[in-house]
Amino acid sequence: MSGGALPLAIVASSLVPGLVIFALPERAVAARSALNLAGALLKIGLLVLMMYGVFHGRSYELRVPLVPGLDFVLHADALSLMFVNLSAVLWLATTVYAIAYLERSPNRSRFFGFFCLCVTATVGLAMAGNLLTFLVFYEMLTLTTYPLVVHRGTEAARRAGRSYLAHTLAGGMLLLAGTVWLYAEAGTLDFTRRGFLAGLPIDPRVLVAIFVLLIAGVGVKSALVPLHGWLPRAMVAPAPVSALLHAVAVVKAGAFGIVRIVYDVYGIEFAAGLGVTLPLAVLAATTILYGSLRALFQDDIKRRLAFSTISQISYITLGIAIAGPVATVGGLLHLVHQGFMKITLFFCAGNLAETLGVHKVADLDGTGRRAPVTMAAFTVAALGMIGLPPTAGFISKWYLGIGALQADHGWVVAVLIGSALLNAAYFLPLLRRIWFAPPPARWPAERPHPGRAVSLALVLPPFLTALAVLAWGLFASAPGLPLHWVKFIAAWEYAP
Amino acid sequence: MTVWPGALPCCVALPLAGAVLAFLLPRRVVAVGLCAALATAAGSALVVANVTAGGALRYAIGGWGAPLGIELAADGLSALMLAATAAVGLAVSVHARDYLLAAPAAPKAFWPLWLFLWSALNALFLSADLFNVYVTLELMGLSAVALVALAGGAAALAAAMRYLLVSLLGSLGWLLGVSLLYHATGTLDLELMAARAPHGLALAVPFGAMTAGLLLKTGLFPFHAWLPPAHGSAPAPVSALLSALVIKASFYLLLRLWFALPPHGDGLALLLGVLGAAAALWGSVQALRQRRLKLLVAYSTVAQLGYLFLAFPLGTELAWRGAVYLALSHALAKGAMFLAAGCVTSRGGDDDIGRLDRVAQGMPLTLAAFALAGISLAGLPPSGGFVGKWLLLQAAFEQGQYQWAVVLLAGGLLTAAYVFRVIGHAFMQSPGAAVRGAPGTMQWAALLLAFGAVALGFLAPWAAPLLDGVVP
Repeated sequence: MSGGALPLAIVASSLVPGLVIFALPERAVAARSALNLAGALLKIGLLVLMMYGVFHGRSYELRVPLVPGLDFVLHADALSLMFVNLSAVLWLATTVYAIAYLERSPNRSRFFGFFCLCVTATVGLAMAGNLLTFLVFYEMLTLTTYPLVVHRGTEAARRAGRSYLAHTLAGGMLLLAGTVWLYAEAGTLDFTRRGFLAGLPIDPRVLVAIFVLLIAGVGVKSALVPLHGWLPRAMVAPAPVSALLHAVAVVKAGAFGIVRIVYDVYGIEFAAGLGVTLPLAVLAATTILYGSLRALFQDDIKRRLAFSTISQISYITLGIAIAGPVATVGGLLHLVHQGFMKITLFFCAGNLAETLGVHKVADLDGTGRRAPVTMAAFTVAALGMIGLPPTAGFISKWYLGIGALQADHGWVVAVLIGSALLNAAYFLPLLRRIWFAPPPARWPAERPHPGRAVSLALVLPPFLTALAVLAWGLFASAPGLPLHWVKFIAAWEYAP
Repeated sequence: MTVWPGALPCCVALPLAGAVLAFLLPRRVVAVGLCAALATAAGSALVVANVTAGGALRYAIGGWGAPLGIELAADGLSALMLAATAAVGLAVSVHARDYLLAAPAAPKAFWPLWLFLWSALNALFLSADLFNVYVTLELMGLSAVALVALAGGAAALAAAMRYLLVSLLGSLGWLLGVSLLYHATGTLDLELMAARAPHGLALAVPFGAMTAGLLLKTGLFPFHAWLPPAHGSAPAPVSALLSALVIKASFYLLLRLWFALPPHGDGLALLLGVLGAAAALWGSVQALRQRRLKLLVAYSTVAQLGYLFLAFPLGTELAWRGAVYLALSHALAKGAMFLAAGCVTSRGGDDDIGRLDRVAQGMPLTLAAFALAGISLAGLPPSGGFVGKWLLLQAAFEQGQYQWAVVLLAGGLLTAAYVFRVIGHAFMQSPGAAVRGAPGTMQWAALLLAFGAVALGFLAPWAAPLLDGVVP
């Protein structure tokens, strides 16, 4: 297959099913589910093909002129492959989950259509070869997730949608401003290893201003404080949407954007020379502590998870901003690990809400006995969030800590320990209620369901992702696992 | 491919012949109208193909060349305007067929007037001679006013009357300028005139009169007061024509005038830029405050026109390209938006934004058309609006004139705000039963036009060479 066709096919494998699904009538459940799953499986198949090619030294690039002087570029490098893989695998899990979760609810054609488009945007964003292409998919992601956020059609959903749009569109505007300005100054936007700005005759103050614009633009989606307001409100969305938003699509797109801007636009050493990485690290550390603190005081399970996301996503930013190879490994690794852990937590929260009507922390008592598999998965993921061995969370935090010490940022270790304690403080009480408190006489709103408390299609996805959380921790150094891949990226980025 | 200049008069003659036939055959008016629309669009496509292949074309009517006879000329800019007119024209024609079913008498008046308007528009885009331009301006204005009055009712008649006065005043300004210039240079051909351009007051006065006339007809803030009532109260297909095409025609003339006779000093350009910025902000704020969908869309036109004028103070090739691209995208997007509004009013009856939820759920295609058009208007990628905005932004940053960039960016956000104010209602779960949808042809006409606005985002590499040598 020639160089450009494969990236296009990977994008199209969710775009085409999405467009077809819009045209399907509401009752064509089987056809819709088949299309969804076929698209998700096809995408993974194509990805395997692409990784095989990349491994054998082939390069893939699609380049089409878009604006005079600028191309639309899709390409595959190690970083994009990592993110595409994460999205494709978690999309498959979420698709299975969503099909079961939304059984018998209205407007499913609309939902799954936008669901596919949302993944298309994420995958395109991952493979974007320049900042313009990134921007195109970044905005597309905003637009395609909006209908998912307001899917319930309630007044609260509309308000959440408004807040989401106000934040993300304003962020997109800042990103656009930074991108155009950068292009006007530098004359190129192609992502380049170690950046393309070093050596260009541009006023450093302009570069700092552009950096602020770009980071603020992507920082909205990655929920950097004080740009995080939309995330807790967007919790009104159905559980599969929250799962996708928090683990793969939106917040990860923001974090991925920060990675791209720092590494492939500015270049980490050049950015450190400009003096912009330390403020970014401080901002990330603030966000980590702030998110954890707020999470402590949330009664609603999903809201608690949302504030936890705000905190956890900034680990990625922190790892990038510390500016050292080991910290990079930690940051990028957390991009993958947090995805698996958070998606598990949201799947489980969705199961509780859907089958038992449990929304509040206080109602968690005894859920472990009622839905043991779901709650076991929840427990594994929660321990991962705290960063306890042998989970995946431990590995990424370990690298972050070592990386910080190596780069002489001892204060970061204090932040990490503080956040781990806070994480423990807001997750362990949940685990105590789940496993050790007696179940109530009757559940808040139990859905009559023959046999098992939770249907198989709702249990299997969190079970498997929780298994992955354990596997990434236990066999971290095995070849082909995230750590292996991430070390490869970091070595590449820091190679002389 | 051999170049055939004979395509130029076809673009003018075909709709004119269609108009006459439609007037003579009132019982077959729809069939005649649709055939004429198809033929005209084919003629425009021919011109575009010819210009793409062979560059600028000239055609002397009756074999009499420039200073004596009437010449038609087409370069890349004219070709693009013809193409946009054809795209909007076709969609409006298809939409109007069903839209006008409600009023039995309306088609008999609509089709001749609309084809007449199309002929005038094409003639305007193809005229190389300033007096002919005046004639086409008047024809365009008169048929547009008559189309507004078609809605009937006191409000529509008042709006039409106001529109008529503004339109006549604008044309008079143009005529005054043209006669003064003719006096000074002895020619009406724009190219010849550029070569013999006078200086000082002899240029400034006619230039000012013509610019003012065109601004009035374009509806630039603060000359916009006539626009929202006229565009808001006309029948939806007519609103689409007015907002998408008619005001673009006077903007097109303004571009031609400034390209041929660039004024000395940048005071006037700066003034236009400031007015444009004011229009963008004022129009958007007004759009946010409207309760009726069609008025919202009409105020959005006031705002979107403002962006086009930001190119004047920037004045670079990139900025002009951006403005042209923005104008084309706005034509398709705003056409689609009014047609979508037409789908809503044709069944729901009223277009109160707060009650859109019931209507929208019966018409997902209409909603999709509105949303896609809105994306282009807000300049979100990938769309024609994005490309135009990108070019203007790039021009602003390259020249260090950051204030215009701020206007463009803030305007984009405001646009998104009023577009999503409508869309947000459409996603609400409504208690009542959904309203039965408008006919599929109407909805598809709106949707395809909106797709066109999005597709323009990918067509820039094709369209850009057409403007080589046209924009200064």
